[in-house]
Amino acid sequence: MKEFGYDRAHDVQGAVALLGGDPEARFLGGGTNLVDLMKAGVERPTRLVDVRELPLGRIEFSPEDGLRIGATVTNSELAAHPEVRRHYPALAQAVLAGASGQLRNMATVGGNLLQRTRCGYFTDLTKPCNKRTPGSGCPAIEGEHHNHAVLGASEHCVATHPSDMAVALTALDAVVAYESADGPGELPLSDLYLPVGDTPHLETALPAGALITAVTLPAAPVAATSRYRKVRERASYAFAIGSVAAALDVQGDVVRDVRLAFGAVASRPWRATTAERLLTGGPVSAEAFAAAADAELAAARPLPHNGYKVTLMRNLVVAVLTELAEEAAR
Amino acid sequence: MTTTTPTAAASRAVGTAHTRVEGLAKVTGAARYAGEVPHPELAHGWLVLATVARGRVRSVEEAPVLDMPGVLAVLHHGNAPRLEAGYMGVFGPPDPVLQLFQHDRVPYVGWPVALVVAETPEQAREAAETLTVRYDAEPHDVAFFAGHSGMYTPEGAEESRGDLESELASSAVVVDAEYTTPEEHHSSMEPHAAIARWDGGRLEVVDSNQGSRFVADELAKLFSLDAESVRVRSEHVGGGFGSKGTRPHQVSAAMAATVLHRPVRVVLTRRQMFALVGYRSPTVQRVRLGADHDGRLRAVDHVSECLTSTVHEFVERAADFGHPLYDANAHHTASRVVRLDVPTPTWMRAPGEAPGSFALESALDELAEKCGIDPIELRVRNEPSVGPLTGLPFSSRNLLACFEEGARRFGWADRDPRPGVRREGRWLLGTGTAASAFPTLSAPSTAAVTAEADGTFTVRITAADIGTGSRTALTQIAADALGTTPGRIRMRIADSDFGAAIMAGGSMGTRSWAWAITVAARALRERLVPGVALPPEGITERSDTSAAVGALTEKERHAFGAQFAEVAVDVGTGEVRVRRMLGIFAAGRIVNPLTARGQFVGGMTWGLSMALHEEATRDQASGGHVGADLAGYHFAAHADVPAIEADWVDDPDPDDPVGIKGIGEIGVVGAAAAVANAVWHATGVRHRNLPIRPDRVLNAVGGADGA
Repeated sequence: MKEFGYDRAHDVQGAVALLGGDPEARFLGGGTNLVDLMKAGVERPTRLVDVRELPLGRIEFSPEDGLRIGATVTNSELAAHPEVRRHYPALAQAVLAGASGQLRNMATVGGNLLQRTRCGYFTDLTKPCNKRTPGSGCPAIEGEHHNHAVLGASEHCVATHPSDMAVALTALDAVVAYESADGPGELPLSDLYLPVGDTPHLETALPAGALITAVTLPAAPVAATSRYRKVRERASYAFAIGSVAAALDVQGDVVRDVRLAFGAVASRPWRATTAERLLTGGPVSAEAFAAAADAELAAARPLPHNGYKVTLMRNLVVAVLTELAEEAAR
Repeated sequence: MTTTTPTAAASRAVGTAHTRVEGLAKVTGAARYAGEVPHPELAHGWLVLATVARGRVRSVEEAPVLDMPGVLAVLHHGNAPRLEAGYMGVFGPPDPVLQLFQHDRVPYVGWPVALVVAETPEQAREAAETLTVRYDAEPHDVAFFAGHSGMYTPEGAEESRGDLESELASSAVVVDAEYTTPEEHHSSMEPHAAIARWDGGRLEVVDSNQGSRFVADELAKLFSLDAESVRVRSEHVGGGFGSKGTRPHQVSAAMAATVLHRPVRVVLTRRQMFALVGYRSPTVQRVRLGADHDGRLRAVDHVSECLTSTVHEFVERAADFGHPLYDANAHHTASRVVRLDVPTPTWMRAPGEAPGSFALESALDELAEKCGIDPIELRVRNEPSVGPLTGLPFSSRNLLACFEEGARRFGWADRDPRPGVRREGRWLLGTGTAASAFPTLSAPSTAAVTAEADGTFTVRITAADIGTGSRTALTQIAADALGTTPGRIRMRIADSDFGAAIMAGGSMGTRSWAWAITVAARALRERLVPGVALPPEGITERSDTSAAVGALTEKERHAFGAQFAEVAVDVGTGEVRVRRMLGIFAAGRIVNPLTARGQFVGGMTWGLSMALHEEATRDQASGGHVGADLAGYHFAAHADVPAIEADWVDDPDPDDPVGIKGIGEIGVVGAAAAVANAVWHATGVRHRNLPIRPDRVLNAVGGADGA
C-alpha cells in the first residue's frame, strides 16, 4: 500500500477546504470500500480527509417535509430508525439486504452512494478496465459477465452499481445535498450518476471536490407501502444479481401511484419510469405488472451470459407488486 | 443395530466428548499462528506473480525498486541461488512451482517470478507492486471442455471388469448423462505463512502446514541439505484441506533467509492463494448406468475429464469414487486429463470423491426415477458382498445401516416420489439422498512416549492438527493406551524433529498416528514397574509402524455414509435454499464425538457450498481468474447453512489393529448430490452442472439462453 496523508475534518466547510479540490485526495467515511480498493491498488490516494466526525449524523423526519438523512449516518442506524421503518420500509429493507452487520456498522450513507462497482475486472490491476484505466478496454464483454448490466450499458463498460440502498432511494425520489468550494448544492439522485457512454471512468455529476452532506426523501404516503426484494447467489453477504424497490398505492382495482426501481442491472440504480407510466391508472393484476415490466425491459441488451436477468427482473416485478397489492388491500 | 453416538464407559477417554486441549489458547489469542510469531530482525518477503499465461520473463527491472524505502533484495531468475531439481518426492516428482526463480519460463498466470524483501510488510508489498516485470507473451490455452484434443488417460487411471458395451446393450433401462463441476478452491481461513531463519547451521522454519516432516524433507532436498539440518514446526494451523504441503511461501522464505542471513517471513495474500496453493480441477463426467427393470445394475461406466498444468500432472480421480459401492456385471472407470496453461491442481478435501460422488450419485437418482424405484431401495438392490472390482472382502461395511437409520430420522418413508408437487408460498420443496464412501488408508508413522518422573506423560509425534481436533483425539488415544487420564498427557505435535510420520491427508492422519502412539504406549507400560521411581529424564519408548502397516491384510477398507437434504426452490428467482441436512456415517470407532461431529457437519457444509455456491472463474483472454477473492468466490454464508445433523452407526472391525477410520473428508462425499437430487424432487428439473446458481435454475425453467 502506498503511503498516504491523513486529516480529520470537524466541520463541513473545513472538510471541503482540507480536500482542496485535490484530485489525488479522497474523503474517508466508513472506509468499507475505499480501504479495500487501496489495498488492491485500485485507489492510490495521496491523502485522506476523514469525515466521520462531521456533524452529519442525524436522521430527521416530519410528515410534511419527509426524511433527511445526514451523510455520516451509518447503514445500521438508518435501517434501525423507527420512522424510516414505518414510513419508508423499502429503504430499511434495502439497507439490511446489503453487506454484513459489521460492514453496516461502519458504512455511511454518503459513502454508500459513492461506492465503486465490484466488477472483477475493475478490482484487479492485472486486467484491462475502461473505468479504471480509460481506453484499456472492457474484457467483461467477451469474458465473465454473468452478473453485469443489461440496461444502459455501453460497449465501453458493462459494470453495475452495487448499492442496495441507492435502489430504494432512487424509487423514493431522493435528493442528494452536497457542499463544494462554491457552496452548497443539490442533485436529484436520478441525476447523480452519469450515463456510461464512452466515459465510464466519470461516474457522478458532483462538482469536483464536493462532499455529500445529506440525502432527503420527500414526504410520500405511497412509500409506507413499499418493499425491497434482493436476489443474490447466496442467502446473505453477496451483491445482488437483481433487485427491485417498489412502492404501490391502489384504490379499488386501480393503481393510483407506483414507484419502481431496479438494482444490479445497470451502472446506476434504474428508475423504471416506463413501467411506472404504464402502471399508473391501470389495473391491479399480474398481467398488467408483467406487461409493464416487459415494456421497461424492452430496452435490455443482454450479453451472452446475463440474459437471465431479464426473466429475473420481470418475475421480481410481478412478485413484489403482487405482494404490495395484497398488503394494500389488507 | 444400535445407533446414535454410543457413550463409552466413563473410565475411557476414547468415545467421550472432549473439548480441544488447545481451545483456551486459541480463544484467548495465546495460540500463535505462523504469520504472527514475532522474531527479532525479521524481514518480510512479498511474492510477485506472473501476469501472462504463457511466455518468458524478458526483464525484471529491479534497480528502481531497490532504491525504495526499506527494500533489501529482489530475488528472481537472474540472481536466485540454484535449487536441486532432480529429487523424487514422496508422491512422485515434485511440483515444479517449488523450483522458484530457476528459469525465465512462465507456464501460467500466477507463476512466481520474483520475491521482494523489505524491512516491513508494507514496504515489501509496495515495492512488489511497483516492480516492473516485462514478458514475451505467447498464445495460451486455458479453455477446459469435454473432449479437448489434448485429453489423455494417464497410466493406472482406467479400470474395467466385464463386457461393458454388451451389458449396456442388454439393459432395459439406461441412464447416460454428463455432469460438470467447476474449479474450486480450498481457501483455508489462515493464509499460508512461513518464517525461515538459520540458527547454528540449521534451517529453522515456523510454518502453517499439514506435515512438518514432509515439508522439512522437501526443503532439505531443494536446498541440498542433510535431513537433520532442517527443522519445521507448525504448531497451529487455520485450515489446510490439502493445500498446505510444501508451497512457494516456505521455499521463498528459506531462499531469502539464506541470501540475506536474516529471518524472513513470507505470507500469501488471499488473491495469491488462488494461484499458488493448488485447487480442485473442474470436471466433465459422463456416467452410463445400465439396469434391469427392477433396478439391478448390469453396467456402470464412469469417465471423468479434468485438467492439469503443462508442468506437472495432477489428476482429479473422480471416476474412482464408485469402486466400492455397487454390484454390476460390468464396470468401467477412467479419469482423463488435459494439460493447459493453468496452475497445477492438487488434493482438495475428498479429492476425486467430491466431484465423482456428485456425478455417480446423481445418476443413481436418475436411474431410480427411470425405474420407478425408491432411491434407497435401488441401493439396497445393488449392495455388493465383496469389492465389485477387486473381489476382496470388506473390512466392515455398514452403508445400508446408514440409509436405514437416516431414512428413519429424516422421515423418508413419508416421501411422495413425484417431483414438483410440493409448494409453500413461493417455494417448491423437495428431498434427496445420496451414498457416501471414502477409503480407509494407513501410513507408517513413528512416535515417542515418555513417562516423566512426575507421573505425567509426554507424547512426541509429527502429527498435524489443521483444525480438525486431532491433537485432542490423540490425547484421548494416548490416555487410554497408557491407562491414565487426558489431563496427564502432554501432546507435542507438528515438529519435524519428532521423526517420520504421515501428514494430515487422505483422512488417514488420526488412524495412522494413533497406531504409532498406541504401540509405543503399550511398550512403555510394560516397562513401568509400580512402586519404582523413574529416573529424572523419565523413560521413553519409540515406535515405528512401517512393518505393521505393511503387514495389514488386503481388504476393501472404507467408511460409508448416507446423506439426506431438503431444499426449497423459488423458480421465479432461481434461489435455492437448503432447509435441513442429515448425514449418518459408518466410520469405525469415533474417538471424540464432539470434534467428530464438527468434521462431519463441516464436510456436509462443504458439500452444500459445492452444490450451490463455489466456482472460480477463469478469464479466457488473460488466462487468470476474475474475482479471485472471497467476495468474488462465493461459499456458503451462515444464512445458507441450516440445521445440519450428523451422527453415526456402530461400525466395528475386530480384526483391525486400530479400529479408527478417517472422518475428515467423508462428510463432503455425496452431500452435493443429495442437494441436487432434492432440487430435482422440488422442481422436476435435473441440474447436472454445479453450482446450481439462480441463473441456471431460471434458464432451466424459462428456456432463456446463457448459463
